[in-house]
Amino acid sequence: MGLDITWAVDWVRRSAQVVSDHRIELITLDREIGDGDHGENMDRGFQAVLPKLDDLHAGSTPGDVLKLVATTLISTVGGAAGPLYGTAYLKAAVAAGDSVSLDAEAIAGILTAARDGIVLRGKAEPGDKTMVDAWTPAVDAATAAAADGADALGALQAAASAAWEGAAATEPLVARKGRASYLGERSAGHRDPGAESSALLLQAAADAAAASAGA
Amino acid sequence: MSVKKIINDPKRVVDESVAGFGAAHADLVRVEMDPIHIVRADAPIAGKVGIVSGGGSGHEPLHAGFVGFGMLDAAVPGAVFTSPTPDPILAATKAVDGGAGVLHIVKNYTGDVLNFETAADLASVEGIDVRSVVTNDDVAVKDSLYTAGRRGVGGTVLVEKIAGAAAERGDSLDEVAEVAERVNANARSMGLALTPCIVPHAGEESFTLAEDEIEIGIGIHGEPGRERIKLEPADGLVDRLLAPILEDLPFESGDRVLLFVNGMGGSPLVELYIAYRRAAEVLGERGIEIARSLVGNYITSLEMQGMSITLLKLDDEMVELWDAPVQTAALRWGR
Repeated sequence: MGLDITWAVDWVRRSAQVVSDHRIELITLDREIGDGDHGENMDRGFQAVLPKLDDLHAGSTPGDVLKLVATTLISTVGGAAGPLYGTAYLKAAVAAGDSVSLDAEAIAGILTAARDGIVLRGKAEPGDKTMVDAWTPAVDAATAAAADGADALGALQAAASAAWEGAAATEPLVARKGRASYLGERSAGHRDPGAESSALLLQAAADAAAASAGA
Repeated sequence: MSVKKIINDPKRVVDESVAGFGAAHADLVRVEMDPIHIVRADAPIAGKVGIVSGGGSGHEPLHAGFVGFGMLDAAVPGAVFTSPTPDPILAATKAVDGGAGVLHIVKNYTGDVLNFETAADLASVEGIDVRSVVTNDDVAVKDSLYTAGRRGVGGTVLVEKIAGAAAERGDSLDEVAEVAERVNANARSMGLALTPCIVPHAGEESFTLAEDEIEIGIGIHGEPGRERIKLEPADGLVDRLLAPILEDLPFESGDRVLLFVNGMGGSPLVELYIAYRRAAEVLGERGIEIARSLVGNYITSLEMQGMSITLLKLDDEMVELWDAPVQTAALRWGR
């Protein structure tokens, strides 16, 4: 079963909820190796998206929802996370195109586009201790799952699971991009907050897909 | 440490502070609240290059305090320690475009660079000629493939003053950008913190230090520095900041410099002048002439106790532009 507009809207609502629930945790992670604003900024951004969901017209597509998230995050989040997540959602929206229903292959495609957008803007590579370290394994897992015949739900669950492993794997890394890089060796031993928020958002996507499948 | 702040709602800190700034300095600036930016009262000035800077709030008087005659045409404050989004940067850029183009002065932090880049792209689409100068004077950070590059700190204030004077005398966008780049290339800074700072919405210290510990090589966002040591007398602290600065450019005997001792927000002037005294002594011993000086809280980190030292190697044009009249909330002379 493909994922449609209902899934996309539910993903956004769940994202806003999970970011709000983990606001303090993200602030704490960021304070340890950055400047302590990540949870606050992400919460502000997703709370700003919520009322805009009501403006979606009949016949809107998942791509329309992703574009709405992109423009809202770019104009409300600030910091590095605003342009990075904004670009991710924008590239994902372009990849989703006019499709009304996304299958596993399409899901892998939008995740790939999102990851590529983050890399393009932030110029980080895997192992730099950034959100790319959650996104890249997620993209690989979703692509592999789609190739193995998983449905869209399966692809997202594989992506979320890999994102969590990727976020956890940032802990021993020494940061080479972003504000944590100023710490050098002292950045090791802390999880990257951007990787953590990426895993939270991908988990929300999988949870929304599971809810759609159950409905 | 207890968290006592003169605030109402943590979420309204920037809005309320900017509103107060606008009310206090209505002769110098006008304030737009949506999207939030501060513009020189007489902007746009036909034929003059507009200069826009911005970044997270919490570094006051940077940048709004430098908006006015002879310095910035607009400042764009983000949330505390968070880069502004492209929307207000674009709005400020349009508001100060007098037809001669606009220079963005951007401190080298990933978020600032990304958001200013996006705003510059949008402004270009609207037909405004935008150039950007990214300041990166902080010697505490190794500039390598393995970091986001050196941070923009104290040197940013000097870039804003000198580029502002160049724009005020009628230099072209290329000329203003060139002098801004030259100042940045000849400025080196390093800072230290005696205490962390507390971001209003976080409500907790940005890092923790034992009673007798200090952090060397801090940035301006409460991020930890490059090493943690026991507190020492002032002269030793100044020496620790100056040594890496001096060897980096390097600054040598016969050079003329501007010595800028900056407070991080929570250290009194009486201490900053003790630091200045030692810095002047060290420079004198090395045959480096202090041609100009600046001492005070100009680029801060909320209530952090600490200081940064910036040295700028001067040439004749920089001296002339430094001495040129300036009339802003935080810097004012000759007018």
